[in-house]
Amino acid sequence: MSYPGLVADTVKFHGHNGDTGDAYYARPTGSGKFPGVVLIHHLPGWDEWITEAVRKLAHHGFATISPHLYFRDGPGSPDDVGARVRAAGGVSDDQVVGDAQGAAAYLRTQPHANGKVGVIGFCSGGRHAFLTAAKAAEDFNALVDCWGGNVVVDDPKALNAKRPVAPIDYADNIKCPILGLFGNDDENPNKDQVNRTEAVLKKLGKNYTFHRYDGAGHAFFNHSRAPAYRGDQAADGWKKVFAFFNKHLS
Amino acid sequence: MCSYIVEKAKLLGSAKGPSGWMRIDTANVYYDHPFHAPLDHALGIDFISEADGGRERVAVELSAASARELVAKILAALASGEVEHGKAARHAAAPVAAE
Repeated sequence: MSYPGLVADTVKFHGHNGDTGDAYYARPTGSGKFPGVVLIHHLPGWDEWITEAVRKLAHHGFATISPHLYFRDGPGSPDDVGARVRAAGGVSDDQVVGDAQGAAAYLRTQPHANGKVGVIGFCSGGRHAFLTAAKAAEDFNALVDCWGGNVVVDDPKALNAKRPVAPIDYADNIKCPILGLFGNDDENPNKDQVNRTEAVLKKLGKNYTFHRYDGAGHAFFNHSRAPAYRGDQAADGWKKVFAFFNKHLS
Repeated sequence: MCSYIVEKAKLLGSAKGPSGWMRIDTANVYYDHPFHAPLDHALGIDFISEADGGRERVAVELSAASARELVAKILAALASGEVEHGKAARHAAAPVAAE
């Protein structure tokens, strides 16, 4: 047998307000057209695990791009830039949605693109992915929310100028199919919040599938964080991600 | 999920990082998923100089128990040092607003 080839590199993309920043991009090298995926990174930043996830998706047939959401606060190592962004209260929702739209546009302009683009996000990126699929519904054909917290907002103090809305309030705008992966030991989102998110999607008649994993908490895909990583659950979760994107983006 | 909750302490002092010694005026303190420490959650402290733009930092990530141990030892060291060095040390050790 042979493994499919891929190419990966840091590229320039045009994000929110036309700002130009870095993104990590990987695509299969085989012939034919490939579906695209925008991968929204977690709050700690555009780190090594995120680039590994991009390459993993490319290995499985998806041209994948992860925009560096903190490029305006660089340069510097991902952890240092992430620390600056954290101290400043994070990045605004509108900016993230704009960057995700710009990343999707980058994918669609590539000669090997099949024109369909999904969005996936981890942790805070899961929340951003949910919001992006709602606010830029025309740009995305599939949504994967991996344990995005604060989709349901229980504490009004969590809302501020940068994050003014609870994404769940915009759920009706989502037009694409939704896959949600969650750990039952997670505290944000906890089981009750996941249940309430699902109840809203069900009431709205959305096309969604949620999977809840026992013995897993937050960030259980992330092998670079040993206390959180759950190998069996992560392996099953990735299979579900690939199957979902293959079904809705091919 | 990672949070954006940060406690800011105003400091007067210095810290040594990769570029050598620097003045610091702020500690950003948070409890969240660490970048490097092999922990699910960690108490992070970033010592920075906001006056100089805050772009360099001296960072630590500690377990919750380690952070509490450190707090206790800081207070113990201050108490014993003040006894040893007197009023001048107490004045110098008190947190003050950033310059």
